[in-house]
Amino acid sequence: MTNPNPQPGSPDKEPASEEQAAQNALGNTERAEAATTPTAPQERPTLGRLFLENLWAANTFTVTLLSLVLAMVVGAILMIISDPDVLATYAYFTARPADAINASWTLVSEAYANLFKGAVFDPAAANFNTALSPISETLTYTAPLVFTGLSVALAFRGGLFNIGAQGQATMGVVLAALAGFLLPLPPGLHLLVAVLAGAVGGAIWGFIPGVLKARTGAHEVINTIMLNYIAVYFLTWLIVQNGVQDPNRTDAISRPVDASAQLPRLFGDNLRAHGGILLAVLATWAVAWLLNRSTLGFELRAVGANPDAARTAGISVTRTYVLIMVFAGVLAGLGGSQMVLGTTAAALTPLVVAQIGFDGILVALLGRVKPWGVALAALLFGALQAGGNRMQSYSGISLELVTVLQALIVIFIAAPALVKAIFQLRAARAARLQTSLAKGW
Amino acid sequence: MAVPDIEVAPVDEGFWTRTRKVGLVLLALGLLATVLFGALATGEQARFTLSEDAAGAALEINGTVGAILFGLITLAAGAAMLAGLPKRWFIPVLAAGLVAFVLSFLCWQVSAAPTGQNFMPLVNIVRGTFLLALPLIFGSLAGVLCERSGVVNVAIEGQLLMGAFSGALFGSISGSVWVGLVAAAIGGSFISLLLAVFSIRYLVDQVVMGIVLNLLAVGITGFLYERLMQTDAARYNSAPRFSNWEIPLLSDIPVLGPALFRGNIFLYLALLLVLVIHIALFRTRWGLRTRSVGEHPTAADTLGVKVLGLRYRNVLLAGAVAGIGGASYTLALFSFTKNMIGGKGFIALAALIFGRWSPTGALLAALFFGFADQLATYLGAINSIIPGQFLAMLPYLATILAVAGLVGRVRAPAADGKPYIKG
Repeated sequence: MTNPNPQPGSPDKEPASEEQAAQNALGNTERAEAATTPTAPQERPTLGRLFLENLWAANTFTVTLLSLVLAMVVGAILMIISDPDVLATYAYFTARPADAINASWTLVSEAYANLFKGAVFDPAAANFNTALSPISETLTYTAPLVFTGLSVALAFRGGLFNIGAQGQATMGVVLAALAGFLLPLPPGLHLLVAVLAGAVGGAIWGFIPGVLKARTGAHEVINTIMLNYIAVYFLTWLIVQNGVQDPNRTDAISRPVDASAQLPRLFGDNLRAHGGILLAVLATWAVAWLLNRSTLGFELRAVGANPDAARTAGISVTRTYVLIMVFAGVLAGLGGSQMVLGTTAAALTPLVVAQIGFDGILVALLGRVKPWGVALAALLFGALQAGGNRMQSYSGISLELVTVLQALIVIFIAAPALVKAIFQLRAARAARLQTSLAKGW
Repeated sequence: MAVPDIEVAPVDEGFWTRTRKVGLVLLALGLLATVLFGALATGEQARFTLSEDAAGAALEINGTVGAILFGLITLAAGAAMLAGLPKRWFIPVLAAGLVAFVLSFLCWQVSAAPTGQNFMPLVNIVRGTFLLALPLIFGSLAGVLCERSGVVNVAIEGQLLMGAFSGALFGSISGSVWVGLVAAAIGGSFISLLLAVFSIRYLVDQVVMGIVLNLLAVGITGFLYERLMQTDAARYNSAPRFSNWEIPLLSDIPVLGPALFRGNIFLYLALLLVLVIHIALFRTRWGLRTRSVGEHPTAADTLGVKVLGLRYRNVLLAGAVAGIGGASYTLALFSFTKNMIGGKGFIALAALIFGRWSPTGALLAALFFGFADQLATYLGAINSIIPGQFLAMLPYLATILAVAGLVGRVRAPAADGKPYIKG
């Protein structure tokens, strides 16, 4: 059971100056994990100089930022080559290059300006409500992604790859919605029960691959992929059953969730942000506590780092695997339940969970599988999603571009050596950028 | 940090051997078929016609009699296994038992269909099975090529999608099916190239990369579809289609002839590829090297095999195969639509695992999944009480059972998913 492969030697792990490791001016949280014992620096350079030096080093922050830039450059190229009018100006590029450059600039800058306006702030906003609207949209998209991102990240830390967040979210949304329109309960209690039902749905769907992994060694990646699809087919079957389907509709849509089970809105009735984002912050804090402060978290990380050593130390690896998957399922199920209990939709449809489970994988990787990192990554993805909507309606750029941007950002951050080579970054010892776990079936 | 598999409890070689356990399951299935299917079946004749409609020659059996008879065969197979069957008889008896179970089920369903619809057109069923299995065959072959050389290919979905898209786009622009076919292969290879570069050169986790590439493919094709194909479908999304080629003599075989030998190029190509890859993998130098790189790259390297080069080549080849599989949609059946592969890539992955990483196994698994899919369509048409969604779950359930070790042991190539670092 020895691991024949050396730890994938990241080209980033070249030794850098000890000063950099000791005083990473960017406050890199990963510093604590860099297994270096800094020797006392001979002379202390000023903080400002250190900041500048580190700014162009391959640390987490810079690489993430540059990955975003690279992704947006590729996105811009896609926009240009898919616009026949702009492309036409390139036909006479050698004669009048200004035309092509101007047309491209206008197209790309307007699109990205709309992305920003839809996600953060629109300077042309007339009143307080419209000014707050982009943030509200961003938070609405962020909330479920925090949960699915945490779900994947938690499993990652325990050495398991949970591709099943999508299926767990699906089962979560199913049970939450059923509790939301079948149970006649008073407000408050109804919401609580519906949220818990979502958690239970996810937990069941996480338990199955967990117990299969623990008992038979069946690989969780395969099983979670399969369970994703089983959940989807279960959902499409359930929707059209009597008592579930909306009696006034012939298409596949369920009855709407009762108002008593809806999460309260945060900024009044005109803005969509709902209490889910508060739950998301709470969940992030809870997962951070679980991972870093609890016995279970320690066992989990020990199993993730080296199951054999953990077993030798008396930790039950099989029990931990099952618990990890159940917790991951609970988180994903909570994320899924927000899709009907929040303001995104009120009824089940075949596509009600959208892509939140798969996006959760990207969010977890972008957040470097750390709880607060995941929350920030979810915020970025939520902002892209919210801005993408405006970009689609104002600039006519398909929302799919956001999917491309999200995928590209993660590809670049997953291969920091590439970003480092493109921008000629300095090596940074403090940053542990290798997010990969490198394992087989 | 590779996570080693958990130690599997040693197989209990007492009374409850694997054969006996499977026998018990078969016995239960047989009981279910005999009692339940037999009771639910009606006295109508269940006709399995050898044509595309109700007319012509047919195999007929009374519904109730058929359901009970085939159920008893399953029971007998289960009982034989429970009684302690020699190992070499395991596969044939298991197959017979399962086939009889399916037949019992069909006798019930066909006899219980609305009056006048008590027939099952076998030509349609066989043809539909192969048609629905086509992308799965190409996809799982792409998986075989990748994973036998030690690179996990979760990006099959993305490769199929990219192939379908570029086949449609360049086929439309050029007006030639052949240009479309080549473009589809290149499109699939493009996703493969990213997979290869990032997982081999930059050592990114291969499963992660596969998932991300699927999303990237969905994004890029969806984006360009909305920008180009929706605005000017006549120019960008009206690819010419391959016509059906009839093979003389062979196409006159009953049932199989019209279903198999009047197909398009993709059908013949898929069957040919299974044969070629099977022979290449197990009978040629390239195959030996591929397998050794997938099982033990260090040993292969010591013997002078260029591990990374071989992996690059195989991953690119896999992309081309999957790309052609994607084109089996856009250059033969439909015009391109957003996310048109819709999870077939993941069923192909399931077929690869269910088929135990071998080309012929993948073919059989793909056909099984295609049959389940076609059966769901048929049952929908005769207003069956069995919901199609549950049949659609079958491939995924079967795969879970397979990897859990309930239906024999499946084992991936030893170095699958592990990057190789020389030195």
